[in-house]
Parts: sequence; structure tokens; C-alpha cells
Amino acid sequence: MSGFADFVAQQAAAGRLVVQPRMGFATPEEMRAGLIATKSAAATTVGTVTVDSYTRVGDLAAARTALRRGAGLNGYPLATHDAATTRRMLDGVRDDTFPVQVRHGSAAPQHIFAASLRAGLDATEGGPVSYCLPYGRVPLEVSVRNWAAACRLLARTRDLGARPHLETFGGCMLGQLCPPGQLVAISVLEALFFRQHGLDDVSVSYAQQANADQDREAVLALRRLCTELLTPLGIEWHVVVYAYMGVYPTTDEGAHGLLARAAELAVTTGAPRLIVKTVAESRRIPTVRENVAALEHAAAAARSAAGPHDATADSQTYAEARALIDAVLGLGPDLGDALVTAFRRGLLDIPFCLHPDNAGRSRSYLDADGRLRWAELGSLPLRHLVGTRAARPVTSTELLGALAFVRHRYDREALEASPTRRLT
Amino acid sequence: MTGPHGLAPTGRGVLVSGLASDAHTWNLMYLQLLIEELGHPVTNLGPCVPDELLVGECLRRAPGLVVLSSVNGHGTQDGLRLIRALRRHGRLATTPVVIGGMLGITEEGREERVRQLLAAGFDAVFENGTDAVALFKDYVGALTGDRHAAS
Ligand code: B12
Repeated sequence: MSGFADFVAQQAAAGRLVVQPRMGFATPEEMRAGLIATKSAAATTVGTVTVDSYTRVGDLAAARTALRRGAGLNGYPLATHDAATTRRMLDGVRDDTFPVQVRHGSAAPQHIFAASLRAGLDATEGGPVSYCLPYGRVPLEVSVRNWAAACRLLARTRDLGARPHLETFGGCMLGQLCPPGQLVAISVLEALFFRQHGLDDVSVSYAQQANADQDREAVLALRRLCTELLTPLGIEWHVVVYAYMGVYPTTDEGAHGLLARAAELAVTTGAPRLIVKTVAESRRIPTVRENVAALEHAAAAARSAAGPHDATADSQTYAEARALIDAVLGLGPDLGDALVTAFRRGLLDIPFCLHPDNAGRSRSYLDADGRLRWAELGSLPLRHLVGTRAARPVTSTELLGALAFVRHRYDREALEASPTRRLT
Repeated sequence: MTGPHGLAPTGRGVLVSGLASDAHTWNLMYLQLLIEELGHPVTNLGPCVPDELLVGECLRRAPGLVVLSSVNGHGTQDGLRLIRALRRHGRLATTPVVIGGMLGITEEGREERVRQLLAAGFDAVFENGTDAVALFKDYVGALTGDRHAAS
């Protein structure tokens, strides 16, 4: 079977944006129905199996109990259903025209990788930083070791003729309020970490933020850095854009408006794959139907967007990302150690991240145009590039306001476009 | 805002925590700021807190109020398991413990979830879509006898 990335490359060559849901259901029947609907949507799609939270944190007993009692799960319990069940679930659905990726969010992913491979699934995502700091309390050092082992497990399947693919989640982190330079840097660093542990077929992520120009600049910077740092090592890569990962609009029109901007971002920056969000995002796990509607909406928006910019320009985002990457690479040859040291020294520092291994001295803010900027750098090696302003402590109301900036803007636009509708 | 609200029972401080399977943190950060603005010192245990750790911290700190938040859809399952474990300890039998957020994976079934959680030992449930934050402020105000906390 040809690999995940081969499919994306073929579609890109034909000028088609690949769209993908974030979809996961508890039972094999629902999961299969979701994949079939994704496959037959009026769009160029790949499938997703999103894993539930119990499986993510390794509490397989809780996943089993929930399944037995029919209590709802927020994803597919991949390590609890046996491999034969998952293979049957995928049978006749996953094929050369429809690759399927496992999405999880675990800082200890070995059991998830193993279960995926037993079921024949060799495309997944994450990273030692991006699936650790935003996802709980596993120490970064432990996550790095876990991810090194998991990467090697995945890489070994090449010997069996598989085409393993791994995507960085580093372009998302907490979903919002992280200036793009650092998102881009972590995405590239995680790709280099994957490579150190044997993988040479990767994708690098970037999550849409709150200003379209800044987002375009970020994806172009990401492409340029991949060309500079991944291509010479013989790594195959493509960029995947995530539709907004923060607090989502509550109106259907607002949600679709934001998704359409994400599709345009992908097309105008030459990113061949987009992961969508649905109209249910602000409230609950979406239905299959809502997922299909989102895929088709994004595909339609992509068809009317204009072609890509070239990715060689200098920009603020490029300069910040490059400075962060250089600082980490300068810490030594082992990227895992370098990442741990970088976070300890605050050379990487995620604003508003509660994880104990994050220095927590950097702060960000959204300017009036929705551009993400640094308010405080802590020890981030960006003093030569960034002017900061003295940050005072935020109040709960201000935090909520910043988190809801995008929601409010898109809901307001939706309301203004159809004045008969009222916001709920 | 500190001072007169240092009364019992939250004078012993408020413990804010996520539940065992839930990684979300913006909710926890928001609640911490909100409760501090109401005048109470907060310890924030962060996300994905295993039941044993949470029970241990409650025993050790004897907080005046425990505020749990879950938005990942597993809140009812995680919350039920946890509150039973907490209430098994005599010393935590009367500690005020509340939960809020998005407690299931569907919008339906909210009443049943709230009923189960209250029956299992929560003092109050603040599920989204019910003006949760305003009601919570009223609750904290009433608990500390502070009439102004709700404003
Ligand atoms: C940002 C985000 C993430 C980030 C989180 C980063 C981080 N460290 O926090 C990332 C990308 C990592 C993430 C991961 C996941 N997420 Co998420 N995420 C969101 C998103 C987009 C915004 C959440 C947010 O930050 N809100 C800001 C805070 C301030 O608001 P809040 O959390 O809603 O809290 C408010 C109220 O709920 C209330 N409240 C909350 N708790 C309490 C407690 C009390 C006592 C009171 C009074 C009030 C209260 O007060 C707050 C202010 O109003 C929401 C969707 C949305 N809302 O748009 C999904 C969402 C919460 N995520 C969801 C899910 C399922 C997940 C995952 C399991 C992945 C998956 N299957 O899709 C994983 C989590 C893994 C795990 N182990 O739990 C679902 C939950 C579905 C459900 N409940 O039915 C949502 C709703 C998206 C969706 N529609 O599918 N997520």
C-alpha cells in the first residue's frame, strides 16, 4: 500500500487540497461509518482515527469500563479494541485512495503506536514537546525518552515494507496565544527529532491564529526553514495547516467563516493538507454529518482561493523561528537533551503553559489587529528582534477576552452579514 | 482583593484542579484568576491529576473549597470516580467540592449528569450553558458569607 505522504503529494501535484477531520468515536461501528462518510465526502480527503482521553493518558481500565457501560468516550479506544476488531473496522475503507492517520495526544505513546501498527496503521502525529507540555504532567525528559522509543518503533516498520509517516503537533501547542515564531520553531525541531530517531517522512504543522497576514508569514517561514533544514537531510516533508485550535465561534456562519480562512491560508501558502473544525466545535464532539459538512465547506473554499506565494522572503516570524531553532541546535548534538535544556533555561518558553518544565517567564498578547506579539521574553533569545512592553498581570476577564478574540470577531461578522440572526 | 473574606471555610484556601483524563488548562488558569479576584488564595494542581494525587492533596492541605473543572467530555465519569474516593475519607466528608465545565460528550443528558454528580457527593455542579460562572460566584460568596463576592 502506498503511504500517507505519497497520497498527499499526488493530490498536491494535481492541485487539490487534501482535507481531513478530527474524528473519533467509541465503537468500531461508529468509527467505520465516520471513515466511510469522510471517504465519500465531496472533497479530497484522508481519514482520521482520533483516540480517546483515557487511552491518551494510559488509563486503559477506564477506557474498558466506559466501553462496557456504554458511557460516552471522546475518541476511539485504539488500545482497548483488539487489533482484529480495528482491522475489520478499516477493512475495505482504508486503501491507496484513502489513507488513515491516528491522532492521539500522548506523552507516553508507545502503547498507541504499537496498537496502531498491529492494526496496520502507520501514519500518526505528535511530538516530544507538543504532546507533553500542553497535555498534562508527564516530565518533559520522560516524554522525550518515550517519543524516542516510539519513533524507533514506527521507523522499524520500514523494514516490513510500510511507509511510516509522522506529523509534528508543534504548530499548535496550547492552541492559542503563542506567537507564531515559536510555533514554527517547535514544529521544525520536532521534525528534526523524528529524523534523529529514524523517520524521514514527516509533516510539519501550523495552527491558524488570529491574523491572516501573520499566519501566511508563518507558514511561508515554516516552508523556508524546512527547505533549509530538512531537505538537505533527505527528509520528505509537507506542511499541514490546522483550522483554528482555540476558542471557536458559536454561530454556524462564524465557524464556517473561520474554516474558510484556514482553507485559504493553506492554498495561498502552498500547504497541501488542512485539518478542519466543525460548527459543533465550541460545544461538543461533532457528529459525522457535521464533519462531512466541514470537509466539503473547506474544499469549496480552497477551490476559489488563489495560488501559492513563494517561500523565500525574510520576515519577523522567520527571524524569530530561526533564532529559536539555532539556540536549541547550539545546545548539543542530541536533540532530545537539547529540548529539555532549552526549556529548563527558558530558551523555549510557552506563554501561559502550566507545565512544571516550562519556565513560564514569557508572555504574549494580541494587538488590535489580532497579531500575536511578545509582551515579555523571559530568557527567550529574541531580544535583538523584539521590542517588548511591560506586562502587568492579566485579570480573568482580560484572559477570557484574549481567548475569545477570534470567536467574537467571527460571530460578529456572521451577525452583521445576516442581521436577522441573533447570537445565542 | 484580600481581607475580610479570609473567613472560614475558604480561608484555608481554594484548591483548583483538572481531572485525571483531562489535559485542558485554559479553564484552570481562568478559574484560578477568578477565585483570586474574589479574594481567596488558590493552589492550582493543573491538568490530568490522578485521583490518588488529588485525594492526597486534599488531605494534606485541608482546603476550604475544592473546584474541579473538566471540558474534555469525560467529566462525569472522572468526577464520579473521584468524589467517591474523596468522600470515603472521614476528614473530607464535609469539605465543599464543586465541579463544572463541559461534563459530557453531548449536550443532551445534562440533567441526568448533574443529578448523578450531586447524588455521589458534589456540593454543586456548574455545567456550561447555565450561566455557570455567575452562579459559581454567588456560591463562593454564600460560602464565605461575603455578599460582595457575587457582584
Ligand atoms: C484549546 C482546546 C484544546 C487544546 C488545549 C490546550 C490546553 N492545554 O488547554 C488542545 C488542542 C491541546 C486540546 C486537546 C483536546 N481537546 Co480540546 N478544545 C480546545 C477548545 C478549542 C478551547 C478550550 C479553551 O481553551 N477554552 C477557554 C476556557 C477559558 O474556556 P472553557 O474551557 O470552556 O471553560 C469555561 C467554561 O467551560 C467554564 N468552566 C470550565 N470549568 C469550570 C468549572 C467550574 C466550577 C465553573 C464554575 C465553570 C467552569 O468557565 C470557563 C470560562 O467561561 C475547545 C472547544 C472550544 N471551546 O472552542 C476544545 C474542546 C474542549 N476539546 C475537546 C476535546 C475532546 C479534546 C481532546 C480529547 C481531543 C479530541 N478528542 O478532540 C484533547 C484533550 C486530551 C485530554 N487528555 O483531555 C472537546 C470536548 C468535547 C466535549 N466536551 O464534548 C472540545 C469542546 C472540542 C470539540 N467540540 O470536540 N483542546
